[in-house]
Amino acid sequence: MVTASGQNSHGHEVTLALKLRVWRQRKGQAGHFEEHALAAVPTSASFLEMMDMLNEQLIKEGKETFAFDHDCREGICGMCSMTINGMPHGPLPGVTTCQLHMRNFRDGETITVEPWRARAFPVLKDLVVDRSGFDKVIQAGGFITVRTGSAPEANNIPVPKGVADEAMDAAECIGCGACVASCKNGSAMLFVGAKINHLNILPQGQAERDRRTLAMVKTMDEAGFGNCTNYGECQAHCPKSITLDVIAKLNRDYLRARVKEFFSSTGKPSKGGD
Amino acid sequence: MKLESKTPVGPLADKWNNHKAKLRLVNPANRRKYHIIVVGSGLAGSAAAASFAEMGYQVSCFCYQDSPRRAHSIAAQGGINAAKNYQNDGDSARRLFLDTIKGGDYRAREANVYRLAQTSANIIDQCVAQGVPFAREYGGLLANRSFGGAQVSRTFYARGQTGQQLLLGAYSALSRQIGLGTVKMYTRHEMLDLVLVNGHAKGIITRHLVTGEIQAWSSDVVVLCTGGYGNVFYLSTNAQGCNVTATYRAHRRGAGFANPCYTQIHPTCIPVHGEDQSKLTLMSESLRNDGRVWVPKDAADCGKLASEIPEERRDYFLERKYPSYGNLAPRDIASRAAKEVCDEGRGVGQMVEGKRLGVYLDFSAAIQRLGEATIRERYGNLFDMYENITGENAYRQPMRIFPAVHYTMGGLWVDYNLQSNIPGLFVGGEANFSDHGANRLGASALMQGLADGYFVLPYTVTDYLAGVGLTGRPSTDAPEYKAALKEVNDRTARLLSINGQRSPRSYHKALGKIVWEYCGMARTKAGLEKAIQEIRALRDDFWKNVKVTGSGDTLAPELERAGRVADFLEFGELMCLDALVREESCGGHFRTEYQQEGEAKRDDDKFAHVAVWEWQGEGAQPVRHIESLVYEEVQFTTRSYK
Repeated sequence: MVTASGQNSHGHEVTLALKLRVWRQRKGQAGHFEEHALAAVPTSASFLEMMDMLNEQLIKEGKETFAFDHDCREGICGMCSMTINGMPHGPLPGVTTCQLHMRNFRDGETITVEPWRARAFPVLKDLVVDRSGFDKVIQAGGFITVRTGSAPEANNIPVPKGVADEAMDAAECIGCGACVASCKNGSAMLFVGAKINHLNILPQGQAERDRRTLAMVKTMDEAGFGNCTNYGECQAHCPKSITLDVIAKLNRDYLRARVKEFFSSTGKPSKGGD
Repeated sequence: MKLESKTPVGPLADKWNNHKAKLRLVNPANRRKYHIIVVGSGLAGSAAAASFAEMGYQVSCFCYQDSPRRAHSIAAQGGINAAKNYQNDGDSARRLFLDTIKGGDYRAREANVYRLAQTSANIIDQCVAQGVPFAREYGGLLANRSFGGAQVSRTFYARGQTGQQLLLGAYSALSRQIGLGTVKMYTRHEMLDLVLVNGHAKGIITRHLVTGEIQAWSSDVVVLCTGGYGNVFYLSTNAQGCNVTATYRAHRRGAGFANPCYTQIHPTCIPVHGEDQSKLTLMSESLRNDGRVWVPKDAADCGKLASEIPEERRDYFLERKYPSYGNLAPRDIASRAAKEVCDEGRGVGQMVEGKRLGVYLDFSAAIQRLGEATIRERYGNLFDMYENITGENAYRQPMRIFPAVHYTMGGLWVDYNLQSNIPGLFVGGEANFSDHGANRLGASALMQGLADGYFVLPYTVTDYLAGVGLTGRPSTDAPEYKAALKEVNDRTARLLSINGQRSPRSYHKALGKIVWEYCGMARTKAGLEKAIQEIRALRDDFWKNVKVTGSGDTLAPELERAGRVADFLEFGELMCLDALVREESCGGHFRTEYQQEGEAKRDDDKFAHVAVWEWQGEGAQPVRHIESLVYEEVQFTTRSYK
């Protein structure tokens, strides 16, 4: 019998033999798959620990290791970004690559590992991509303007529990980019919708609501992200289980802001306020 | 080395306000002429960079991640303390101050801690205004939970992701400034050296992690917010990239390193499962609010399932030993208690190297009392994470936990203004040593990072800049920058040229084993002496036999790792040396020789001071300096949580 903790009934660790097809791409060159075999991967190891084992084996063989992004290894920093067997963050719903453990794979299996695939996320090397487009969207409007020191007493702004919970549901987004990588359009609308929902429903976020929505959507388009056509792949692969309704609400807020912008036009240049 | 704490005179409660009123100012029109470098984009770094830019300074901010939002502050789970007294349970700035001083086992600087407690309330105001979705009561006002080492409820939280939400708040403020062009953000840049001109910190050397370019930057002042050194232990709750390089390189340039032996072992982490493990995962201390910690009374029961062990055969050892604080005893005490029961052979879980290293954290009583839905609402994400990692459902069976390295209280020495002994070098957040003494209480790291970044550094850095005046920054063509660039380039080339047999990771693992064994939860003179010898031997071997694959002009993860491990190999020795000289037990530093009935025995006559180490050159013994801790209002007492 194999227990969940990865030991069989005799207390020995259960291991897997794996074949790996891993994306190799160097600066200025086209990429290709490289094939490697790993003999004994413990089922208790995480996917990234399996990649560490592969890299250690490559060092022993005198070969170059695979570059991949990773940091906290507890599912919150959003740095890890691998497409595993065609699925961003792999087959398990609601987890990042670092929280995917090898007990979810079979002995003898071939695993294909690729970087995020999206026009707006160019590959830098091997499995590492450039996600700075996300930062640009936040820089355009993903904030509530509040200078340090100018905040009112915290309890002067009551927020109904339901609203705070809904904002928190959206704010859980870790900005990993799996939504973009899973979308056939390379759309970032789940990411943008999550931030819009977090800030636009809070009382603190009302002053900049329309301005924020217009600026973030404009920057999203400029950064090369595609549009949403309601396939829902993003929701299926989001490690934080952000749901599609944030996109509906983003569309609603965008429409509201555009209509207000249109009817409030006085012919003078816009000052960018509500 | 001159160590002036610059603690202001006057009553404790008035020190900060009096001091602020005396700090010099820079005219708004002149601020844009100054350039501030901030290294690190966690809570302290992001908050400081955003605040400086709002004031009108030119700011450059550096981080090694691909986005400032990924700094490891993001992983803090449980909460942030603030003396708001929203629960009407008798809290005040003074009480938060006293809890923090006591929690730190009387090894922190009194005036710094009082300031921290005072500014805590402003932090909550700032974060709420930014849209941080803290937990709320049904009336719409803020909710609180209790945390270890306190008898009031003063912890604000956003589910189990408080650090994430606070960092995203600071990141949003920083992003706004980047968008406005007032902060230039340099991601995927690692600081590899500090540049001094005429004794003042005037810039840094970085490596661009994608192109490999090594570059010099000039500024009027340098602010390091580069986190702690917990990864010296290899296995810790820190992120993989967390490292000591920025602070250690500053140390080699003359900055004093204070109390490196003060490391915190967190009691509630998922136990080690195997040899290829890269990381230990924390389960928030807030779980101890509703979970009860126990092991079997009889070692013979340890191999059984928890459900097979009846109530009367269980030992709720924290409740037994510390009845007034129970499961909420401070971290160092709870960690040692867990180690003791496991050393007695009463640990639970799977055998690793012939030992069961784990204790139960049991929620069955809380689930019965409050219902599974309430527990799920409070800790759902933590239970999910636990299941992902262990494959076990903690709603049905108790969690297994064991202590792991989590936080480092030591850091670069700073005065009351958070300035190191190098003029123009400021240090904020976990990277400095100032506020937590020998042990940090839960929910205090977030508080300190944001207090430093939002409410201390903007005032004190301004005072420094006003003092040095607009004399003009040196050009990066100056010889000091050229020399530092050459040193960094030479070191990189040397690492790449050794071409030995062992990987950088294998050295890191070996170092981690040494320091965990001899400089972990319990330390002895003989063990520490042995550790120092072993680290020296390992370091010598590293420089002869390390194999760094890849090349310097591209993304080279093994080169990055090798550089960090090389610094850990020097720093680890300093940490053991500090632990060896401190012949007392206090907070997270437990010397087996100095105990009384199993509890830490402080020696206030000999060790009521900060130990500050001065670098003396490669291979030379560093010199230990002392800053005496003068307590004006607090009496030294033996810490008791019984």
